[in-house]
This record gives sequence, structure tokens and C-alpha cells, in this order.
Amino acid sequence: MEQFILGRLTWSSLPHEWFTLGGTVAFATILIGLTIFLTRVKRWKWLWNEWLTSTDPKKIGIMYIIIAFLMFLRGGLDVVMIWLQQTIGTTSSPGYLGATHGYLSADHFQQIFTAHGDIMVFFVTMGFLFGLINLIVPLQIGARDLAFPFLNSLGFWLYFAGVVLINMFFVLGGEFAAAGWLAVAPLSELQFNPGVGVDYWIWSLQVSGLGTLIGGINFVVTILKMRAPGMSLMRMPMFTWASLMGMILVISIFPILAMTMILLTLDRYLGMHFFTLDNGGNAMMYWNLIWMWGHPEVYVLIIPVFGIYSEIVSTFAQKKIFGYTSLVVAVGAITLLSFSVWLHHFFTMGAGADVNAFFGIMTMWIAIPTGVQIINWLFTMFRGKIIFKSPIYWFFGFVSTFTFGGMAGLLMALPPVDFQVHNSLFLVAHFHTMIVGGALFGIFAGFTYWFPKVFGFKLHERIGKYAFWTWLVGFFLSFVPLYILGMMGAVRRMDTYSPSLGWQQLFTVSLIGACVIMCAVGLQILQLVVSIIQRKQNRDLTGDPWNGRSLEWATASPPPFYNFAVIPQVHSRDAFWEMKNPKGISSSEVAKQKKTSIKYEDIELPKNTPMGIYLSGFIFLFGLAMVWHAWLFAIIGLVGAICCVILRTFDEHTEYVLTAAEVEQIEKKLRAKS
Amino acid sequence: MIHHQNHQEAITNDKTIFGFWVYLMTDLLMFGVLFATYSVLHGNIFNGPSGKEIFDLPFALTETIILLTSSFTAGLAIWALRNNNKNQVLLWFGITFLLGLSFLVLELTEFHKLVLEGDSWRRSAFLSSYFSLVSTHGLHITAGLFWMLISLIKVKSQGITPGLARKLTLLSLFWHFLDIVWIFIFTVVYLMGAI
Repeated sequence: MEQFILGRLTWSSLPHEWFTLGGTVAFATILIGLTIFLTRVKRWKWLWNEWLTSTDPKKIGIMYIIIAFLMFLRGGLDVVMIWLQQTIGTTSSPGYLGATHGYLSADHFQQIFTAHGDIMVFFVTMGFLFGLINLIVPLQIGARDLAFPFLNSLGFWLYFAGVVLINMFFVLGGEFAAAGWLAVAPLSELQFNPGVGVDYWIWSLQVSGLGTLIGGINFVVTILKMRAPGMSLMRMPMFTWASLMGMILVISIFPILAMTMILLTLDRYLGMHFFTLDNGGNAMMYWNLIWMWGHPEVYVLIIPVFGIYSEIVSTFAQKKIFGYTSLVVAVGAITLLSFSVWLHHFFTMGAGADVNAFFGIMTMWIAIPTGVQIINWLFTMFRGKIIFKSPIYWFFGFVSTFTFGGMAGLLMALPPVDFQVHNSLFLVAHFHTMIVGGALFGIFAGFTYWFPKVFGFKLHERIGKYAFWTWLVGFFLSFVPLYILGMMGAVRRMDTYSPSLGWQQLFTVSLIGACVIMCAVGLQILQLVVSIIQRKQNRDLTGDPWNGRSLEWATASPPPFYNFAVIPQVHSRDAFWEMKNPKGISSSEVAKQKKTSIKYEDIELPKNTPMGIYLSGFIFLFGLAMVWHAWLFAIIGLVGAICCVILRTFDEHTEYVLTAAEVEQIEKKLRAKS
Repeated sequence: MIHHQNHQEAITNDKTIFGFWVYLMTDLLMFGVLFATYSVLHGNIFNGPSGKEIFDLPFALTETIILLTSSFTAGLAIWALRNNNKNQVLLWFGITFLLGLSFLVLELTEFHKLVLEGDSWRRSAFLSSYFSLVSTHGLHITAGLFWMLISLIKVKSQGITPGLARKLTLLSLFWHFLDIVWIFIFTVVYLMGAI
């Protein structure tokens, strides 16, 4: 009976090692602190009504970004632990805190790099990007909301449930997965990892993956069906194009991930034999499936970021984007080609020279449209008048690092070269250059660029520049040694190396780089704090602080909850630029048009709803119960979730009407403020 | 006002049905993974039975005819829906429900027989992939049946509203989709397995 209720959860599972307890105490402190704070300022109801139950994509976007940032700190902490271990731990160094060498045991080290990878890819980068797309794309296409507002809320809460699940082991103990960020078979099978670790991995990613898939469908339908009148596909801003392509990738690949994880789950829970070593299982199948998801996934991370750069380059060079059509074709080509390269992740696994050659060639091909994009950005800047503010600094940082890392990738696209550096620190340095120099810098760029739109005041410019330079220096200090070490033969995922190799100095340089990056992150936090304190001085009163070109700048900063009082009519690309500088109309005519009274209409908006929270709560319970084999709670979670879905479908009153008079009042107040 | 409401309904129908098609394509991709896995692993019988030994073609044909007929009756139900004929909607979806239920019962008896003779999903990679592919389809059918039941309760109690009409359209899309997937299963698993 106890087994049916609690599964394999026992007293001895609970956190009891120093590192787990550290995390437990940290989380507990944060939670208690937050509870006390909210009770003191009496903001519980406000939090629930204004934020948690909201279906407004602007609010959901901010919530995504806050959680992503918190997970960024956790993933960063994991990184520092890894770097510290590799610096002080060698095969002949003493062991502290229970480790044989250094301060982390091999098993613990493996759990940390696994957690680091999953957190950074799924919860930080994807979280940031989903937040940004929620905030900006509806504004850019002249829409009021996404296609399915309730599903938007549900998607966020499923993401949040995944975040809690991956951190649950700090609460209930056990262990985390130690099989790498992709939990490759057969290591992740019961034979080698029977504990709860891999199950935590499976369920946190399944739950948040469901949210991602729902979000992807939502974004695709929104962009294809809800653009303002006159905005044909070829008149959309580049960030919207990039988001569309990224989300098309998401809806194509997340079913693959979901099913692959289900197959692994069936092996682990029902004794099936998809990827086991016996009874006819085929572990190579896992590798193929997981990388069929995994490779396009990294393009999901970078393609929307390319869109961010397109916006920033054209705004800060004060020129329309060069080669719009070729950019659209390039981004489409990257999307398609990303499906044809997955085997380059395991050239060394015996597919043979012919197969390797095909994938090597396709991998080299995919560099071409990426190059087209970079050339288009450079030509946009050519003969433009560049405004040197921090968003464009991040772009310059991106160009230098990404091309550098991209060339390392081209090198590895050659199977013979890859055989030398497969799974070495060279590979690690390459993909971190892509994700940090590419995606993360882009996220910082987009964050700085759109911050005034979302919050109504600009970020402190000088601290922002300091943060950028510190990041750039720290990045090169951290990763150039890894390129060198990889070339010299250093294998990845090792907690100790022999000191006789003479590599420790390079590891130390890398650790110093990590510390510089920590300072950079500190500067970014400082920038945020100072900007909030000084917000009244830096208010954006016009809604258009950078002299932007797309429709999001046509609203107030921050926009009213309905985005546009009147849906704009679009006549060309760079729709807002056209509105500001209309061709063939005299300035007096423009002034007259502005004076004519605007005809307001009733607006239908979705109501807030707690159902997303309840549904995700039940799914979270189901996932957690499955980890621990606590079947009673699994059944409760599943049944509860189904009941929530059914209840929701009986809800007829999911929208409310904002009358034209109310809209007019809000608009008057906004105009009075500016 | 009514014109505005009809316009809003049309927009909602358009984006909801389109969104549902997008979801169906993602579901198809999930089945795609199962088919790919089945194709790779169906030869790994590991001293257990092969498809030829355990597949009963007449039985599978019966299941196929039942499911195809249920798709036809679902089509009749939607025709009745377009004609606003509440009783016919209940009748034809009711028949669809019974046919779907019979399909499930037949499938479960097939599984039961296999498990009793020791050829469960634990025996080999082939059997694992067979059971998971067919069960995933069966679980989708089950979900569809639940959906149908609840929809029929709503039709009975509140009649045919625009929102309910839209949801019944989505249900029929789902049902036809499952029928198409079954055609693939019948072909790839049963017919090709018997060669």
C-alpha cells in the first residue's frame, strides 16, 4: 500500500549531501523571503489577478523572461562548479568534501554538467525567446493577442512546471540524471541508471516540451492568421519572419523529442526493448532520433536571434535592411537544411564513409545561408549612419564570436577532422561560441533594444556598455583555452585530467574567464537595478526611443493591454517608418490626418483564467509521481488534468468586451502622459 | 451587431480549424517516429515470434472495416450538423461511438491473446514497437471516444451552438485523421508483415 502511495520515495532519498542541501537551503530561503515580502506589501491578490492568471502575451512574456533569468543564474552556478572542479581537480590532486580528486565526485560532476546543459538550452534560451516572441511579435504584426490566449497561458505554466520538476530533486532528493544533457541510450536505460535521475530528466522535459509545442502552434497560427490588414508575408518585419521559421521548426521537431522520450520511458517503466542492449534493442536508433530533434533545436535557438539582429542592424544603421528577400530565403533555407545534418553529431559511430560524406556536405551547405545573412547585415550598415548604442555593440560582439565559432564548426563538418575532435573540448568550445556568442548575445541585444517598449524607460547605457565589454573579454578568456585544449586531445565531460599533460594552466585561464563573465553578469544586474532606480529620468515618452521602423514602436511605452486602439492599415515593409515618413504626402496633410478624430470600436479581449495554472499543477503532480513510481498520485494527477480540460471546454464566457468609450478614455490618458 | 458577431465567429473558426490542422500534423509526426522505429526494429524478433506468426489478417481487416465505417458515419454526422439537425447528429455520432468502441474491444482482445501466450511487449524489440505503435493509435481512439461522449452530452443539453459546431468539426477532423493513421498501420504492420 505504501508503495502504491509513495512509490520508491523513502526517508533516505531526501536531500542529505552537502551540495544538495546547499540548493535546498537556497531555494527555501528564496521562497520564504518572497512569501514574507508579498505578505508585507499585500500583493498576493494583485499577483494572482494581474499576472499569474493573465492571458495577455505581454505579461506572459515578462513572466517567461523572469523565470528564464532565474534559471540562467542556476545554470551559471553549475558552470562555475564545473570550471572550479576542472581547475583544482587533477588525477593526482587531493580530494575535499568527499570527492576523490578536487571537490566533486565523478558522479556528482556528471549530474552537474547534465543539469547545466538541459537548463541552459530548455529553460534559459527557449524561455527567453518564447518570452520575447510573446512580447514583440503581436505588436509587430499589428495584432492584439495571440491566436489562442488560453493556450498561451497554459504553455507558460507547463514551462514553469518543467522548471520546478527539474529543480525538485533539491526538495525530494534522489539524484539528478548523470547521462549527459540528452540522456543517451543505453546509458539512460534501467541497466545503467535505475534510479530517479533519468526519470527527473524525462518528466521535466516532457512537461515543458508539451508547453513548448503548444506555444509553437500558437505562434505559427498567430503569424499566419492575425496580421494587420495590408501586411502580406513579404511585408513582415524580419523578427517576425525569423520567429515564424523558428516556430515551424519547433512544431516539426518537438513531437520527435516527445515520442523519443516516451520510447525511453516505455523501456524504463514497462520493460520494453527499444534501446536496451538485449532482446533486440537498438541504441543507435535513440541517437538518430534524439539528434533528429537535437540539431534543428539549436536552429530554433538561433533563428529568432538572427531576426533580432536584423531589426537592430537596420534601426541603428538607420537604413532599411539590405536584401530583405534574400534574408527571407536564407532563413527558410536554414530551416529546411537543418533537417538534413543530424548525423554530424555522431560521425564516429560507424555509419560508414558514404553516409558520413553526405552529412558532412550538407553541414557545410548550411553555412552558406548563414553567411548570406551576415553579408546582408554588413551591407545594411554600409553607407548607413551607425548609432553606437549598446544593442549594436552586442551585434558586433556576435559577428566576431559567431563567425569564429562557425568556422570551428565548418572544420568539424569534415568527418576526418571530426574524428580527431569529436567529444573533445574543441566541440564544447564550438557550440558554446554558437550559443553564447550567438544566441545569448542576441538575447541581451534584444533585451536592451526592446526594454523601453516593455517597461517604459531605457536601461542605463554606460553600464550596459561595460557589461558588454566584460562579457566579450570573459567569453574569449573562457573559451579560447578550450579550443586549444580540445585540439590537444582533451576529452569532454571529464572531472579530472592528469597534471602530467600540462593543461592545468589553460584550465586556470578558463576559470579566470569564468570569473570575468560572473562580473559581467553582475554588471548586468547592476544595470537593471540602477535603471529601475533612475527610471523617471529615462522615461520613454514617445514610444519610439530608437527611431524604429516596425509597428511595435507605434504604440505607447508600455503599450496598453489591447496593444492597438485601432488596428493599423499596412502599406509597405517597415510599416512604422512609412507612417512616420509617408511618401507623396505633404507634411501639412500628415498633420491634418493626425488631427482627424479616430473612430474607436468595441474590442473583444480574453478574460484572465486560473485554469492554465490548475491544469499544469495536475500535470506537474503526474510527472513528479511518475518519477517516484507513486502510482496513486500519478492517477490523481492524470484524472485531475483530464477533468480540468473538460471543465474548461464547458466554459462559455472566456471573453469580455471593452467598449469603444473605455478605449477612448484609456487612449486620452496615454496621450496626456506623453 | 449580429454581422459583427458572425464576422468574429468566422475569424475564430478559421484560426481554430487551422490551428487544429497544425496540431494534427504534429501528431502525425509523433506517429512518424513510431513508424520509423517500427521499420527499423520489426526484424529484431530475438527468438520471439515474427509478424507473420502472430498477425491475423482477417481480424485486422474486420477492425479496418469497422473503423472506416465509423469515419463514414462521422461524415454523415457532420452533414447533419451543417443542416442543423440535432437528432441526426446524435444518431450518427452515436453510431460512430459504438463502432469506435467495438474497434477498441477487438484490439484489446488481440492484445490479450498475445500477452497470454507470452508474446508481450517485453519479449523483443519487434513486439515493443508493434505494441507501442498500435496502442498509441488505440489511446488516441480512446481520447476521441471520450471527446465524442462529452460532445454528445453537450449537444443533448444545449443544442447546436456555433462554438459547439466548431468543436464537433474539430472532432470529426480528429476522427478522420485517426482513420488515415490506421490505414498506414494496416498496410505497414499487418499487410507488409504477412508477406
